[in-house]
Amino acid sequence: MKGAEARKETRRKVEQSLGRRRRKELSFRILGVGATALGVTFLLVFFASLIAQGASAFMQTYVSLDVEFSREHLVPDGEPDLQFGDFDALVRGALRAQFPDVTGRSERRELARLVSVGAAYQLRDALADKPELLGTRLAVFLPASSEVDMLFKGKIDRSLPEEQRRISDLQLEWTDRLVAEGRLERRFNRALFTNGDSREPELAGIRGALMGSFYMLLATILISFPIGTAAAVYLEEFAPRNRWSDLVEVNINNLAAVPSIVFGLLGLAVFINWAAIPRSSPLVGGLVLSLLTLPVIIIASRAAIKAVPPSIREAALGLGASKMQVVSHHVLPLALPGMLTGAIIGMSRALGESAPLLMIGMVAFIVDIPAGFTDPATALPVQIYLWADSPERAFAERTSAAIIVLLGFLLAMNLAAVIMRKRVERQW
Amino acid sequence: MAKKSTTIALTASAVIAAFTTGVALAQAARDYIYIVGSSTVYPFSTVVAERFGRGSDFKTPKVESTGSGGGLKLFCDGVGVGYPDIANSSRAIKQSEIDACAGNGVSEIVEVKIGYDGIVVANAAGGIDMDLSRRVIFLALAKEVPGGAEGTLVANPYSTWRDVDPSLPNQKIEVLGPPPTSGTRDAFVELAMEGGCSTIPWIKALKSSDENRYKGVCHTIREDGAFIEAGENDNLIVQKLESNPNAFGIFAFSFLDQNGDKVKGAPVDGVTPTFESIADGSYPVSRPLYFYVKKAHVDVIPGLRQFLREFTSERAWGEEGYLSDRGLIPMPEDERSDVAGAVRDLTPISGAR
Repeated sequence: MKGAEARKETRRKVEQSLGRRRRKELSFRILGVGATALGVTFLLVFFASLIAQGASAFMQTYVSLDVEFSREHLVPDGEPDLQFGDFDALVRGALRAQFPDVTGRSERRELARLVSVGAAYQLRDALADKPELLGTRLAVFLPASSEVDMLFKGKIDRSLPEEQRRISDLQLEWTDRLVAEGRLERRFNRALFTNGDSREPELAGIRGALMGSFYMLLATILISFPIGTAAAVYLEEFAPRNRWSDLVEVNINNLAAVPSIVFGLLGLAVFINWAAIPRSSPLVGGLVLSLLTLPVIIIASRAAIKAVPPSIREAALGLGASKMQVVSHHVLPLALPGMLTGAIIGMSRALGESAPLLMIGMVAFIVDIPAGFTDPATALPVQIYLWADSPERAFAERTSAAIIVLLGFLLAMNLAAVIMRKRVERQW
Repeated sequence: MAKKSTTIALTASAVIAAFTTGVALAQAARDYIYIVGSSTVYPFSTVVAERFGRGSDFKTPKVESTGSGGGLKLFCDGVGVGYPDIANSSRAIKQSEIDACAGNGVSEIVEVKIGYDGIVVANAAGGIDMDLSRRVIFLALAKEVPGGAEGTLVANPYSTWRDVDPSLPNQKIEVLGPPPTSGTRDAFVELAMEGGCSTIPWIKALKSSDENRYKGVCHTIREDGAFIEAGENDNLIVQKLESNPNAFGIFAFSFLDQNGDKVKGAPVDGVTPTFESIADGSYPVSRPLYFYVKKAHVDVIPGLRQFLREFTSERAWGEEGYLSDRGLIPMPEDERSDVAGAVRDLTPISGAR
């Protein structure tokens, strides 16, 4: 009977506390939902403002003009000359033909500013492709100057007094006439993906930075993946457990948390000043980023190796395999997906780094697109930094566009890591 | 499988070997010009570099933005393809830097003055208009200002512009400016602060009697929150001014030039910062910009001589040249032809100055 009393008492106590415990759970859930919602909101605001700012940079305004490839300007001494031909004069001529009423010298200068300085290079390339254009007349789409581009995209307030805008009343009037004749057109901004850096916003592109990032990441993975996996295999499978291996482990974990600028300083001292590797090259960038990603790869690889069940090792050993055979025939193939995932996560961290690159001369204006490991190069995050610091207004939207591209790459890499993990994951 | 890992090891060493040979080749010669230095000169230097690269058979020069001091340090490290050919600077080279150069074998340096740059004190286009003077700037921003009795200093007591000068509006002093690492800050302190400071007779007298104290008084900016260090990015300052109409900002003229719809420059000593007023020297807060060339590299690095010619050509730095479109204020014509002549002859600066 006493037992029944006690049970009743316990039951009473539980029932009493039940409401309180449920309330606690509810309030924790509300807090959790709130925290998640706040995080998602921040993310959405970030993306929305980026896209609102940067979407227009993927389009560029072009002016359709009738250009005459006149012999007078292009054949200075008998032979058509691509280097010394006055292609600017062709653009000026086409603009004058479009606006015959503009006569004054300073007005003509203003008129010439409607079209990008890149137009002349575009005509030169067109003639280089098709020499038979010489002496003919052709309607071509030429990139508009960044001021006209900003106006056409509605980013210049035309109600302001003339001295407060980057575009004069006359230029405004000419632009309106071009619009009325349907000669202004928004087209996909190919230059953004095919050109290197430029100080003219309408000619500036991220190709140079993309190639720089590509070579740098290639160097990083070629260096850090073999070293990282070898270190992980040794530490997990072969190294004796003693104070020294503990010390190494602590240090590796520590390195993963060192601020990246420190690696930049180290790179400057060791790779550039001592080993004389060329400054600003993707090679030196890759070496510095390898230092940065090595701890990440080692830690992830060790976790992957640890996850291989000991029974597999014991079975192989039992059948007479050597330690080396156990590792290379069984452990490594089974741990490889996890190692690769770790490598990709390390790479996506390396892609977003800019601080260590400051120290090794990769924050630089580089127009030519790098074609190898030792050419001077920048990287995508550095390009974003440089554009954000440029006075020209049109660089603001291009900065956001470059950020969108960078985020796209990061997303793709992280997605690849997730997919790889899902596909090759094994249940034991 | 064991074979596979050996292959991996072999590939890795092959890759490293390939890298090393690549390095050896790249170090043997450099076929592009290498420029370092001031972030103020960077926008001009890069425009010339780009035009030069597109318009000639040479490669486009590489321009690194390292700040004036950092650039001159790299420049002075030695002679050879591993070292820069040109250092941009928003101030003249110092004697100590010339000595450091000479110590590393960089003995012949050619100085090229390229034009002027104004430093503006600006606020949001919709903000109040305020006539400043260098004296007002000094009194509003110095850490210590003259107290009641002559020869005494007190911690800056002014919190509004009206406290400084009764004719100014009753508005809190709030100025955003560059950090001490910036060349713009150095020039601002030297030109605006010191300019205002020396209008006070007894401080001016200090210059000859106790120069260190004079500099300490004139060059130290207050740290009580009225002056806010806003970082090296001038675009950021412009954006902050837009959102805070009560604040003023200190930045280079080229940013005012590009953002005339968002911010306006306050007149200093009665002169509004415009292209013309800086060019004729009437706007008081302006400074010359320079770059320095290593004479030993000319005719060794391909295109260096031609690059110098492009930079000192009328179409680049002239009255209507493309650099003036970017906000560089050209020198008077006779000064331009003097400098261009010195560049043609590669006249080095003399050892002592």
